[in-house]
Amino acid sequence: MSDWRPNIVVFACNWCTYQGADLAGSLRCDYPSTVNIIRVPCSGRVEPEFIVAALKNGADGVFIGGCHPGDCHYREGNHRAIRRFILLKRVLTSMGVEPERVRLEWISGSEGKRFAKVMKEFNETIMALGPNPIGRDGNGR
Amino acid sequence: MAGKLTLAYFLSGGCGGCDMAIVDLSETLVDVLPRLEVVFWAPTVADVKYKELEAMPDKSIDVGLYSGMVRLGEQEHIAKVMRAKCKVLVAWGACAALGGIPGMGNMHTREEIFKTAYFDTYSTDNPDGITPQTRCVVDGKYELTLPEFYEYVRPLHHVVDVDYFVGGCPPHHSFVAEAISAVLEGKLPPPGSWITGGKAVCDICRRNPALRGEEREPITAVKRTIEGVPAEGKCLLQEGYLCLGPVTQGDCKALCPKVNIPCRGCGGPIPGVKDFGLRAIGAIAASLANEELVDQIPSPVKLFYRYSLPASMLGRKVK
Repeated sequence: MSDWRPNIVVFACNWCTYQGADLAGSLRCDYPSTVNIIRVPCSGRVEPEFIVAALKNGADGVFIGGCHPGDCHYREGNHRAIRRFILLKRVLTSMGVEPERVRLEWISGSEGKRFAKVMKEFNETIMALGPNPIGRDGNGR
Repeated sequence: MAGKLTLAYFLSGGCGGCDMAIVDLSETLVDVLPRLEVVFWAPTVADVKYKELEAMPDKSIDVGLYSGMVRLGEQEHIAKVMRAKCKVLVAWGACAALGGIPGMGNMHTREEIFKTAYFDTYSTDNPDGITPQTRCVVDGKYELTLPEFYEYVRPLHHVVDVDYFVGGCPPHHSFVAEAISAVLEGKLPPPGSWITGGKAVCDICRRNPALRGEEREPITAVKRTIEGVPAEGKCLLQEGYLCLGPVTQGDCKALCPKVNIPCRGCGGPIPGVKDFGLRAIGAIAASLANEELVDQIPSPVKLFYRYSLPASMLGRKVK
């Protein structure tokens, strides 16, 4: 248990959060290597299935990063993302999954330092929660 | 197809509604019966015992319809026997295909269910604290057995390989006729598929604004079915009655919206959707006008997973 490292999946919007992650790299900001970034066109592209599939297949935490409200490249993708996210979080909570395992933040392309800071925070949250109970070895059939 | 088609039917954890859906074929059934030979239909229609089914040669039955989910050891056993004896095995109806209404039991542990059923309900009088046991000895000499009550509900395909899935609670009788004639004529999709027309309830529903060339507006209120009366001919979802028509197979001909009742998803997911509830969450949440409305949805798991919790990716509540 002591050498356990979490597996964190980050769905990063191409126009803001992914650029923010890029900037974090250019600025030489440190963030945990447990973070695995998947670039998506928009946070609105992240369907609830993606999040649960990640949790079922070995992710201990799932993070969705999108543009700040009003800044969506597709005008309202992030508004859809947050509504889905709130509803999914309610469902996950009822199903016994810690709601802290999923997190949504608005991170813009200029917020490289903030990206690194949020990743560190999220990593600590997941480290404190421990392995995901619905992962491959947990709630499987 | 030459000769008679042999049929086996088993009512597992379901309510018998799917059996009724077949009986509802009425005259159509009379036309079909000369081409069918029912070799097993337990426990409702034919008096054929389990041991007689077990004694039949493997793959000797053309089609097996299995209705109801798997909760008990007995149901699991017959599922395995049916799989061995039937050439084609169909998960018949929402319970067998998805887990169905009894699948909501996966929100609770076996202990919680026993506590409610055998201790807490108002009409229960159980001073000795007796709960069902798989074995007990009566008068010191008679050993009686009951099937095991498993911890969770499973849809049929979690127990054995299933060739086809048919949704509906129960399947609508006109669709039953289509599905049965598809089987009789061998006009079947690739094994593992759902037998469905492939259209969503919305595609068929006359309330759908898109079919009248109108724009779909965001949902500005969340209402329960007991609140108010939906406007004539207007989309229930737009009126605020959370209807799952966008992600549900419309083989029912959109019966519920026709009588002011929002779709609850018994038909099963439209093709391409793996997890009914999650897709419904995506569709409904994205249609809401603001975030506050999300919190007004009562019991989201039991709304979006009313018929499909055991077959979903989450499957059951984590202890």
